[in-house]
Amino acid sequence: MTGIFWWVVFPYITLAVMIVGLLYRFAFRQVSWTAPSTEIFEKKWLRVGSTVFHYGIIFAFIGHVMGVLIPRSVYHSLGVSDETYHVFAIVGGGLAGLMVVGGLVLLLIRKMTNRRVRVHAGFGDYFAVILVLIVAAMGTYMTLIYNTTVVAYEYRTTIGPWFRSLFTFNPQYHLMETVPFLFQFHIVLAFLLFASIPFTHLVHMFSLPARYPARAPQQYRSRANYKKRERT
Amino acid sequence: MRIKAQVAMVMNLDKCIGCHTCSVTCKNTWTNRPGTEYMWYNNVETRPGPGYPKEWEDLKKFKGGWVLRNGKLTLRAGGPITKLANIFYNPNMASLDSFYEPWTYDYDNLIHSPKSKHLPVGRPVSLITGEFMDKPEWGPNWDDDLAGGSEIVPLDPNVKKLQEHIAMEYEKTFMMYLPRICEHCLNPSCVASCPSGALYKRDEDGIVLVDQDACRGWRFCMNGCPYHKVYYNWNTHKAEKCNFCYPRTEAGMATICSETCVGRIRYIGVVFYDADRVKEAASVEDPQALYESQLSVFLDPSDPEVIKEARKAGINDSWIDAAQRSPIYKMAVKWKVALPLHPEYRTLPMVWYVPPLSPIMNHIEENDLQTDHYIPAVDQMRIPMEYLASLLSAGDTSVIRRVLLKMTAMRVHMRNQAVGGMDELRHSKLLEEAGITVDEIEDMARLFAVAKYNERFVIPTGRREMDGEEGLHYKQGACSIESITPSSDFMSHLFAKEE
Repeated sequence: MTGIFWWVVFPYITLAVMIVGLLYRFAFRQVSWTAPSTEIFEKKWLRVGSTVFHYGIIFAFIGHVMGVLIPRSVYHSLGVSDETYHVFAIVGGGLAGLMVVGGLVLLLIRKMTNRRVRVHAGFGDYFAVILVLIVAAMGTYMTLIYNTTVVAYEYRTTIGPWFRSLFTFNPQYHLMETVPFLFQFHIVLAFLLFASIPFTHLVHMFSLPARYPARAPQQYRSRANYKKRERT
Repeated sequence: MRIKAQVAMVMNLDKCIGCHTCSVTCKNTWTNRPGTEYMWYNNVETRPGPGYPKEWEDLKKFKGGWVLRNGKLTLRAGGPITKLANIFYNPNMASLDSFYEPWTYDYDNLIHSPKSKHLPVGRPVSLITGEFMDKPEWGPNWDDDLAGGSEIVPLDPNVKKLQEHIAMEYEKTFMMYLPRICEHCLNPSCVASCPSGALYKRDEDGIVLVDQDACRGWRFCMNGCPYHKVYYNWNTHKAEKCNFCYPRTEAGMATICSETCVGRIRYIGVVFYDADRVKEAASVEDPQALYESQLSVFLDPSDPEVIKEARKAGINDSWIDAAQRSPIYKMAVKWKVALPLHPEYRTLPMVWYVPPLSPIMNHIEENDLQTDHYIPAVDQMRIPMEYLASLLSAGDTSVIRRVLLKMTAMRVHMRNQAVGGMDELRHSKLLEEAGITVDEIEDMARLFAVAKYNERFVIPTGRREMDGEEGLHYKQGACSIESITPSSDFMSHLFAKEE
């Protein structure tokens, strides 16, 4: 039963909270939707911390897509052996993980020590930063240390298929029962993080300005249609 | 031709007394909320001086505005790809230290202090951290009226450009005031810098606004604007800027800074321009040609062809009439006495300035008080022409000289009318060099000196007929409680024209 809860009920609830929350915030609270930068207060620490963290987390995201979303069979059909995969995963993933953790530690120290930044850091800010830090630290530990000292865990036969099965609405929760606890915990916390996205400043991850390079530099809008974006 | 209307402003620096009333009324109207303490949509700078924020004209530091690279107009701080790569940290953005840490005073201590031997003190309290500040070291107008003198003045990027080192010798010091608001540019680099497309220029009146819903706080507008007139609200984490008091101008009223201007230095009016030619005008090679190329974008509102095109573009007759009576068009285009601030930024700014006259350095003898003797006097004014040129004409002193000659001619002529004793201006060399006619000078004198509210501010009301598809007929029959209004089908049926 606990298997069903943690690997079926919990993921769906958290994802539902995330999706409904994001839609609600986008529709009704968009004025609060922003990347809450504190660069105006402090620049030196942010320069290193923010850049390293954000690029790290983009690499980590790509790594998760490669490890969890892309099936093992794809790698096999491309002729990538399990050994090659794991070397790449450990080196690449480890590097990304270290960037995320290192950047976040810098940002957290900055948040706690810079007087201007500290005053304006609320519960949500700390919650998001610390939760991301814990999840990332666990991930980095699993990649760099657990994988190399205990066993190079083949998550592509258990976690991968289970995660993909969530999206086909046929969750294979029994696949998760044999997964080491550390991995299970990482996943549960990650889903908790997903659920918190709409309620924290993490929403800005959905604000990638992808249209910017293609759009006209100058934007004209008439007053009547000021809500609608208009191209020149 | 794609004709658009722009509500623009001219400030006559000759009349600015540096009282900061504009800044204060603007602040009370717009930026008296947490997060906006350091924002001055309107500020008045003493020049020479570092300005606000400090050294905002230092393009190497903040990389604002446009630059011509291989004949192509690009943002100085880099195009979209550079911006996306730098989205996690904006290297060119000013921090609060370039502005100042806003503070208040512990007034409570003054009121509730127990009886004591010494007078109670209201210590400064930071509005950012809430902590006491031992010693505020910079603040709004810290350098007012050249305060800080020889330590502060050299920070002015325009001073650094001057060939002749303007020593802070007592006899040679000069100063002027420069009130600044958002320029509501024709080619705004803040708009082009915004990854989210939140900044936009309004079709109806050219006012540049920030969509507070769409803004994601990427902050590229802050330094993308070379005038540094877009601010980041640390409370809402969104950008804010001068909105040309659009709720007032839509109602035909002057902006609050203009309304309350003690010296009555501000003028507001409509200018028509050809939006299709903006990019071309901003792309001319020579920075000193930008002033003329911007002038070429403006359209003559009395030209029947322009009127026809304006009507076609949905500009109504009250706007066309306002454009014809526009004080801005007169000063900027007709008489050419108003100049754009830093045209070399290539944003085609729309708040223009009449450069100030200043005391003449050398004494003019009584018997020299003849019209043409004022020509060399223009070259000996206290404010170096190079300095004014660095601000208003990309360094071209001939532009400044011509304006100063016009203003001097105006003074000479009006003085002669009032007290006499001078030779006629009509045939003088002064008038010839100034390139203006006596009639124009008299019109100018009226607008500069005696014009009343309705002449200084020719602002047509917002074009409400452009609001929404239902149109005004529908809104007239409706009430604010939208849900119980008759359906628009019903109303449009009533007003439908019979075919």
